[in-house]
Amino acid sequence: MNGVAAYVWLIPLCPLIAAAVTALLPRQQRRLASGLAIGAISLSFLLSVLSFLPCLTRTADERVPRFLVNFDWVQLGSGFLRLGWMVDPMSAAMLVMVSFVGGLIFIYSVGYMANDENFTRFFCYLSLFAAAMLGLVVANSLLLLFICWEIVGLASYLLIGFWFHKPAAAAAARKAFVTTRIGDIGLLLGMVWLYSETGSLVFYDEGRGCLEQTALSALASKTLAGGMAVTTSISILIFCGAAGKSGQIPLHVWLPDAMEGPTPVSALIHAATMVAAGVFLVARMHPLMSLGSGLQVVAWVGALTAVFAASIAVAQTDIKRILAYSTISQLGYMMLGLGTGGVAVGMFHLFTHAFFKALLFLGAGSVIHGCHGEQDIRRMGGLRKLMPVTFATYGVGMMALAGFPLFFSGFWSKDAILHAAHTWPISKGPFLLGLLGTLLTAFYMTRQMLYVFFGTNRSTTRALAVSHGIHESAPTMTMPLVVLALFSVTLGFLGTPVWPWFDAFIAGRSAHWALHHLTEALPTMGLSTIIVLIGTSAGWWCYGRGQIAQSPFRDTLAGFAPRLYSLLRDRWRVDEFYAATFQALNQALAELCDLLDRRIWGGMVRLITAAAEGFCALSRWADDQVINGGFEHACRRLSRSGGILSACQDGQIRNYLRVVAVAVVLLMLWLLMGESL
Amino acid sequence: MTLMLFLLAVPTLAAALAAMCLRNLVHAALCAAICFTGVAALFVYLGAEFMGFAQVIIYVGAIAILLLFAVLLTRGFETLSPLRARQVPWPVGVMAALITLAVMTISVVSSPSLLRPRTAMVLRTRQVGDRLMTDYVLPMEAIGLLMTAVLIGAAVLALRDSNGAKRRRVP
Amino acid sequence: MNPLPTVVLLSCLLFAIGLGGVLTRRNAIVVLIGIEFMLNAANLNFIAFWRYGPEPEALRGVMFALFSIAVAAAEAAVGLAIVLAIYRHWRTADLDDVDELRGDRL
Repeated sequence: MNGVAAYVWLIPLCPLIAAAVTALLPRQQRRLASGLAIGAISLSFLLSVLSFLPCLTRTADERVPRFLVNFDWVQLGSGFLRLGWMVDPMSAAMLVMVSFVGGLIFIYSVGYMANDENFTRFFCYLSLFAAAMLGLVVANSLLLLFICWEIVGLASYLLIGFWFHKPAAAAAARKAFVTTRIGDIGLLLGMVWLYSETGSLVFYDEGRGCLEQTALSALASKTLAGGMAVTTSISILIFCGAAGKSGQIPLHVWLPDAMEGPTPVSALIHAATMVAAGVFLVARMHPLMSLGSGLQVVAWVGALTAVFAASIAVAQTDIKRILAYSTISQLGYMMLGLGTGGVAVGMFHLFTHAFFKALLFLGAGSVIHGCHGEQDIRRMGGLRKLMPVTFATYGVGMMALAGFPLFFSGFWSKDAILHAAHTWPISKGPFLLGLLGTLLTAFYMTRQMLYVFFGTNRSTTRALAVSHGIHESAPTMTMPLVVLALFSVTLGFLGTPVWPWFDAFIAGRSAHWALHHLTEALPTMGLSTIIVLIGTSAGWWCYGRGQIAQSPFRDTLAGFAPRLYSLLRDRWRVDEFYAATFQALNQALAELCDLLDRRIWGGMVRLITAAAEGFCALSRWADDQVINGGFEHACRRLSRSGGILSACQDGQIRNYLRVVAVAVVLLMLWLLMGESL
Repeated sequence: MTLMLFLLAVPTLAAALAAMCLRNLVHAALCAAICFTGVAALFVYLGAEFMGFAQVIIYVGAIAILLLFAVLLTRGFETLSPLRARQVPWPVGVMAALITLAVMTISVVSSPSLLRPRTAMVLRTRQVGDRLMTDYVLPMEAIGLLMTAVLIGAAVLALRDSNGAKRRRVP
Repeated sequence: MNPLPTVVLLSCLLFAIGLGGVLTRRNAIVVLIGIEFMLNAANLNFIAFWRYGPEPEALRGVMFALFSIAVAAAEAAVGLAIVLAIYRHWRTADLDDVDELRGDRL
């Protein structure tokens, strides 16, 4: 089916053109750069909505609507490498979400980065990122997806390290790139393996695609030597790439450090879109991953990540770090949802999370902006009255994240995941871990709210002048917050158990009211509500009764369980572990190679140089002594012989006479006696 | 006859040798004159009286006197040049002369045709004059020309040139 | 008895003496004397061969010797004039000192 897919390639192209034009601008032109970027993404949003609409139609046979364009790209031998793009419900929804949230964040950045001198460069990178992300979403070929995946990684590197003269930012950008690269190795291997098994990297290609029935049934029967199914192995390899991009353990270490970038970057890339790319990949490859036991790995890793990250978030003091770990935790939830419940469950949480996490990050950015660059929550406080709009929207986001019942989207999406985990036939472990995660999420979000917005202002270093100067942010910054808050509330209603519109949308069915689902879902809903309330109360009990204002300042948990607190604060010492093992090994290898290069290869080069020099010296000596010397010697001989010859004509007559006499005598002798001799 | 020959030859050769060996130039010139006289005597002995007397007139009368005059006119200080070029050693000359002598002697001795006897003949001056005017008139005229040239040339060469001498002295 | 070989040997001796002197002596005039000796020896040879050789009526040897004397006289005159000219300029008649064609050295 062609249809709307014929022009869907325009959607990534608009921001790409904006990025190219901005990159080639001769000097800083702020209005043009930001105008181009926002204009391009708005255009993409419009086109995304236009391509979304056909996906809402329902065909009679209740098939998933899918619009494709495939073409031959590169000739390999007798066959071709095909690329293509498509529009199906999942990608259409993603397009709308990415371009909408992206557009809001672009607008926010105009205000946030107004004082930065590299304004144009920022918008160029943002547009590049948007183009790559949109391209990733519309890709119908794993190869095209991978290309856009890598460009997204590049844009992330450029944006994290935007303030590259800060060593921490440069190191964080490098760390992000390298860590995701490690995941990408797995993805590449999986891709190559899949291609070799199925002969195609295109997802849906009229029966020939790698996610279509023929290919999948051919794969399903194969096993490896150790008994593991080929599908499981490929799934695990592809999941490696997703784990790197989406911050699952053990490749999560880059995400908190990526907070060194500007806050809009954190909001866009590390909350709403890029990290969701991993989830999107798993969702795309779900038909393949559901064969074999790949999804079990996904579910367990997701559950563990959720709890692990949430536990770290409890002990953090940087406002953005808390949100970063929260993101990792929620990504774990998404993976858990994909693993246990299917595409719709995981994707729904992705969508809701995109909105409320972007909201939370932008709100944090507003707080930081208002506190004149302060990021430590221990030095904030009392912003409830100083920045009311920010407080209100942040509150909405917090409750959505924690999963407050009924009115907040996070509740519905997380509940769907917990329900799916509960009904998972293989194990109840992920479900319990999910519940624990919910408890911790509610706890640390309450803690953060209490630290930042309640109590009195504790910005000691900047003194009274600052506390007088903390005010609400500009409308360009608060307006997106309000919009996102709105969506954080309303979007949840698309995925309630009684009216599973989203689920049906993804599957291509029409949604029906299903009141019977309510009875199934009610126990889980009730349980999660209770746990959220317990978490919130615990948070209030630890921090809400004036402990924060005490001095000397000490976190309640630190007083309660100091060893555990320090372990959590040090992020379970994972970074230190990596530094001691992999990095140390890498360093040792690098030093060995450097030694090899400098001593041995360098030595060889020096040896050859010395030999060449020696040869040159030898030839110079030869030229000097032998050739020049010989020449000079010959010349001297010549002049001396000239002297000798000239001495023969000395004007001495007697000599002449004697010589002539001798000659005549000899001649005479020869003439007269020559015959007899 | 051989005795006569011997008596004539010995002084001639002795005088020649003396002329070549003497340090005193006047003595050498005088010995040369004696040698010329001896040769004239030999000419007479051999029957060519005209030649003998011609020899006396020209050689002894003119050439020997000329030699004496030259010796007397070129006396004086001899400036030794500070640098002497390398000389071929004088025994070379003597050896060359001796070898020439040896070669000639050997060739004379080893040719038998020289030993045929003959009758004597007397040279008459008239014969000489006849020959000069008939067979040898061209050489005679040429000799006349030569003599004229020699006369003029020698006079020019020996002429004291006062202007040229001043010009030649370049500092 | 034929004295021809004796006379010829005599002339050879005279010639050799003249040659030795020419090659040995340093004074120009003595060299000229030596040259005269050599010419005399040649004349002697001619006369001897005229006397004891074939066809004496042709007077060939005598004629030759006569012209030889004339030429020798001419040559001696010119040679001695040259010696005088050289003496006037270089103040010496030594053959070793007169070794350049340059006229400006004294």
